[in-house]
Amino acid sequence: MIDFIKGALIIGGALFILLASVGLLRLPDLLTRMHATTKAAALGVILIMLAAAMHFAEVGIVARSFAIIVFILMTAPVAAHVIGRAGYFVGSKLWSGTVKDELRPNYDPLTHELKSGLETQENAKRQPRETDPD
Amino acid sequence: MDTVILISQVIMSLALIFTFVRVVRGPSLPDRVVALELFSTTVVGLVGVYAIKSDVASFLDAAIVIALMGFLAAIAFARFLERGGPRDD
Repeated sequence: MIDFIKGALIIGGALFILLASVGLLRLPDLLTRMHATTKAAALGVILIMLAAAMHFAEVGIVARSFAIIVFILMTAPVAAHVIGRAGYFVGSKLWSGTVKDELRPNYDPLTHELKSGLETQENAKRQPRETDPD
Repeated sequence: MDTVILISQVIMSLALIFTFVRVVRGPSLPDRVVALELFSTTVVGLVGVYAIKSDVASFLDAAIVIALMGFLAAIAFARFLERGGPRDD
């Protein structure tokens, strides 16, 4: 029984990793590729590490494989965020079917300034009041 | 169990080949960085499967180190991109 569960976890994890690489190969631009790789590959590694934890079934090794799972879960979103941010700043092209890029009208790529849409003369001269929320 | 491990190793090798195609073809440097990160994640999976196959638990430590190196490489590449170093892609 435990062999069956282990085998299912291993094959499932490998298939999810394959799915991530197919997504990386087929999707049209940087952000959609990142969407494919980060989530699917993290789930694949999590399944394989669960299989390893079930295979060894000792306290130290189960803790180690759970440490790998927690590490992957913590680092994959951070790395994806940093790469996506850098890719946007470098000006990597978005897919031609992109519906909306909300950063484009408000962001100045030369000065790295982000507008809020409330920059009027009146707001520039306004002094802070006692009743303002912090 | 050996058959299952062999099948999963074949599947993950196929994934490595697809990822490598993206590393070679990738139109810009961020695409290649994403592909290299997937590379390190796939290798973590392969090392985990090999630890099960060979019954040696110490390979999981190697998997931790590979995951850490992949993360640091991604962060370093992103810093390099944002600082605007010399690029040839």
